[in-house]
Amino acid sequence: MKHARIAYDGAIHDATEQDGQLHLADGRTVDFDAVVWLPPLAPLPWPRTVLALGLNYADHAKELAFKAPEEPLVFIKGEGSLIGHRAHTVRPTGVDYMHYECELAVVIGRTAKKVRREDAYDFIAGYTVANDYAIRDYLENWYRPNLRVKNRDTCTPLGPWLVDAADIPNPMNLALQTTVNGQVTQSGHTRDMIFDVPFLIEYFSSFMTLHPGDLILTGTPDGVVDCRPGDVIVTEIEGLGALVNTIAAPALTPPLSRREKEKAAP
Amino acid sequence: MTITPVLSAGTVYGVLLNSKEEWNAWAAQMTEPPYKAPPKAPVLYIKTANTWSACGSAIAVPAQAPQVEIGASLALVIGAPAHRVNATQALKHVAGYVLVNDLSLPHASFYRPPVKYKNLDGFLGIGPKLAAPAEVGDPAAVRLVVRVDGALRQTVDCGQMLRPAAQLIADVSEFMTLRRGDVLLLGLGAHRPLARPGQRIEIRAHGIPALGTLSNSLIAEAA
Repeated sequence: MKHARIAYDGAIHDATEQDGQLHLADGRTVDFDAVVWLPPLAPLPWPRTVLALGLNYADHAKELAFKAPEEPLVFIKGEGSLIGHRAHTVRPTGVDYMHYECELAVVIGRTAKKVRREDAYDFIAGYTVANDYAIRDYLENWYRPNLRVKNRDTCTPLGPWLVDAADIPNPMNLALQTTVNGQVTQSGHTRDMIFDVPFLIEYFSSFMTLHPGDLILTGTPDGVVDCRPGDVIVTEIEGLGALVNTIAAPALTPPLSRREKEKAAP
Repeated sequence: MTITPVLSAGTVYGVLLNSKEEWNAWAAQMTEPPYKAPPKAPVLYIKTANTWSACGSAIAVPAQAPQVEIGASLALVIGAPAHRVNATQALKHVAGYVLVNDLSLPHASFYRPPVKYKNLDGFLGIGPKLAAPAEVGDPAAVRLVVRVDGALRQTVDCGQMLRPAAQLIADVSEFMTLRRGDVLLLGLGAHRPLARPGQRIEIRAHGIPALGTLSNSLIAEAA
């Protein structure tokens, strides 16, 4: 089943996908474009741990002129950087290189401590798509990739769906693709990860307990390009859906969609 | 994890190299590989919720680590969200202060994020209580005193930070919004003492009883 978290008609709802529409827990059915999409995650009473991998596809590591790492290169993101499907991500003024990163995101389902890799799949609730934007102008070699590159407001779109683990028999066999304004710019496959999902769960849970709702963003393959305000970036993973995001200039109110304008007209 | 009585759903951010003394000690290496240049923006890291330990609780140290590094810091708890705030206004965004012990496994390189050194379960002592801004006064006047088994091991002069509290909030909020409940550590002192299982670490702020005494004991992780 595909789960969403949306704002609709003055409240936040959990919803599921049903025949191309959203089915709300209270029985209502609404169109995809009638709602505001939030990250498809239930809120937690503590800050969610968001682990993210760098250089986890050999081709991307080569693209960035690094040799493949011998152990996972991991950084942590704050929950405040997450936004939902069909939202806007801000490109700061005066930067030269901002790129998307299409990533398989693993959502933890059970408390995981010292989990062996052969048991790792038992600890996964489901999967979603993450777009882990980076603004390379701000890279510094201190705790690299530093948070100024990776932890900016609006820079981690997530969604649209949380897809139950049971519906994805093998997350290591999924095609990934990114389009910019309809042109394919990135295509890859999760089988090319250097450290696969079971390895990552074993590795992280060996020194830190993962809790339900925590996220692992598993890295991106080759094919990142610069994105400019107005560009529509669609990151898509086989079986999980297509996460749509639009680049915006700073401090501009996102323009209303035509549909919103039509509805707003007297 | 421990839900501490002090913190809620906010993210805890630490900052590297805010101590002037530590910066100076590193200065010669900063232009060498892999760093190649001194840091420009504040270099942040995140202490995830699995690291949180309430005051008074025991913190488990993994068997492969004979000692841990003590990271006494004053922590700023954000009240009103801070986005691109000016340093002159920044302290108005602080709801209060709390003591923390940002434990690390000792590590010599600051090139890659310190997740496996700083995000072990229990590796952030917090508390015992949130002090109001008026009870703390000027954060630059705070002096932290670190004791291990009662013996004085370090004092941290919060006035010797490269970025004082207000400037730190301003420079961080330039690139990310600090949200209500988020926590920003002011920075660790230089010459951080080590401690091992069986020892008790106490951190207090000299002359500020409202912050209380943060006390945690270290125990060896069960095999």
